Amino acid sequence: MSVAPKREDYDVVVIGAGPAGLAAAATSAEAGLSTLLLDENIGPGGQVFRAISSTPVTERDQLGADYWIGADLVQSLRAGSAEIIQRATVWSLDRNLDIAVSIGGASAFVKAKRVILSTGALERPFPIPGWTLPGVMTAGAAQIMLKSSALVPDGRTVIAGQGPLLWLLAAQILRLGGRIDRILDTTQRGNYLAALPHAFAFLTSPYFAKGLSMMREVKAKVQLVSGVTELSAEGDGQLAKVSYVAGSKRETIPADLLLLHQGVVPNVNLAMSAGVEHRWDDLQLCWSPVLDASGNSSVAGIAIAGDGAGIGGANAAVVRGRIAARAAIEALAPAAAAKLAPMATLRSDLAKAERGRVFLDTLFRPAPQFRIPSGDTIVCRCEEVTAKDVLDSVAIGATGPNQLKAYRRTGMGPCQGRLCGLTVTELMAQARGKTPQEIGYYRLRAPVKPITLAELAAVPKSEADVKAVVRG
Amino acid sequence: MFKRSEQDKRPQVQIFVDGVAVAARQGDTVSAALLASGVDARRSTAVSGAPRLPYCMMGVCFDCLVTIDGVGNRQGCLVPVAEGMQIEIQKGKREIGK
Repeated sequence: MSVAPKREDYDVVVIGAGPAGLAAAATSAEAGLSTLLLDENIGPGGQVFRAISSTPVTERDQLGADYWIGADLVQSLRAGSAEIIQRATVWSLDRNLDIAVSIGGASAFVKAKRVILSTGALERPFPIPGWTLPGVMTAGAAQIMLKSSALVPDGRTVIAGQGPLLWLLAAQILRLGGRIDRILDTTQRGNYLAALPHAFAFLTSPYFAKGLSMMREVKAKVQLVSGVTELSAEGDGQLAKVSYVAGSKRETIPADLLLLHQGVVPNVNLAMSAGVEHRWDDLQLCWSPVLDASGNSSVAGIAIAGDGAGIGGANAAVVRGRIAARAAIEALAPAAAAKLAPMATLRSDLAKAERGRVFLDTLFRPAPQFRIPSGDTIVCRCEEVTAKDVLDSVAIGATGPNQLKAYRRTGMGPCQGRLCGLTVTELMAQARGKTPQEIGYYRLRAPVKPITLAELAAVPKSEADVKAVVRG
Repeated sequence: MFKRSEQDKRPQVQIFVDGVAVAARQGDTVSAALLASGVDARRSTAVSGAPRLPYCMMGVCFDCLVTIDGVGNRQGCLVPVAEGMQIEIQKGKREIGK
């Protein structure tokens, strides 16, 4: 079942089979470049097109037309010569473009002339009191179960947060016969005014009409509470209640499931561990890689496409994948590049796909109290470190996320900072009166996903490797 | 917490959770099958023993850690179910030999 890569060297290795990765790998293979696509999931699609080849949801309208675009992308990829390996977890990528990948419990090593990272996004941490309780999940988690297993919320369900995904998920749950008791909208009132100057671009983007009709569909069936300024999950070993404040009035409602969402942020772990320079993005409030117009990063040979390059959505991700692949083709097979769509066309496609993004980023900029927790609220889920623990460490001298590891082990659990990194950066920045850019981020290193020592020990070793560590 | 949509016509797969037979569907991940089954699938953390269930379902949060066919600390959200698979709800740290 587990298949190792067929070769040791490839022209292009694409990591991640979401919208960007599917498009990049298909384009690269079509131009005749030897192409390997590595993806961690059971099937291709990433999160947006999750389970696109296997979803049990057969009534197409329920998932929406935007979802099924993924089927065409997978089809054109499979029609080509790209080698595709699923359930392949890349745990190392370095400046020499050497890649280590774990497949079925064994590691394989490949070398690329070009790497296109399309590791996408993950949900922004939503550190409220009680967010580690069983019964509290991300909205994305519920959507993954809906797409891949046709599972929908059944008990008393509350969805809280903001952003386009929240409304899409709510609509999909209702269409599949699931239950939602209440939606708690945490969008800050002031954001509407701030977003106004960017409204024209959004109004003329395809997102506007779709978004509006989806919100209408949901609001007709579910009670919506806007202007939520405080939120907590309560229960003893299991979610029992959701408590919130809206318009200075506190309400507590019984709940079995709380789905949280306040946007997505780039999944930076692999890129950062390869040494790709990232900068703090003040609009999207996350780390984004420094890239040129073709997606090339600060490390020669590594390009980044899709939401990992900064959040742009699925349509933009597809185009970014094509742009990054075209740049690789121009470098490795210029004759083949001449036959592809011109770069200028792709760039204009990208501008179109990114239309309205600034409006969304401004409108759905999460409120400070939902990004920067206080008191006993857990910041680091793996090591169970609270906001107070972090602030206490700052008070006795911790200067940034890397020093904090020595004080509290934040970011040193299995998730490697994916669920706490942004919170730690912003919390420490606030406490020390610095910018997030000044405070910085965890120094990430391979393996970016935990692998067993047994797997590491089984890695083939040269005589020189052995000599380097064995005495005598 | 979750229920299956009636349009789901995938074949059933039988897995065992702490020795008890549970019906899953072909293509489910271990985590999805556990959440759909209604069994108490709460693991407990290695640090404080606090109960947890999967949070992200996409391989980043590690709150779905579970013992699968005798191997501990597996990410249940990334592993598809297979007929006869033995799942153990992992309490605390991975044990030596698992």
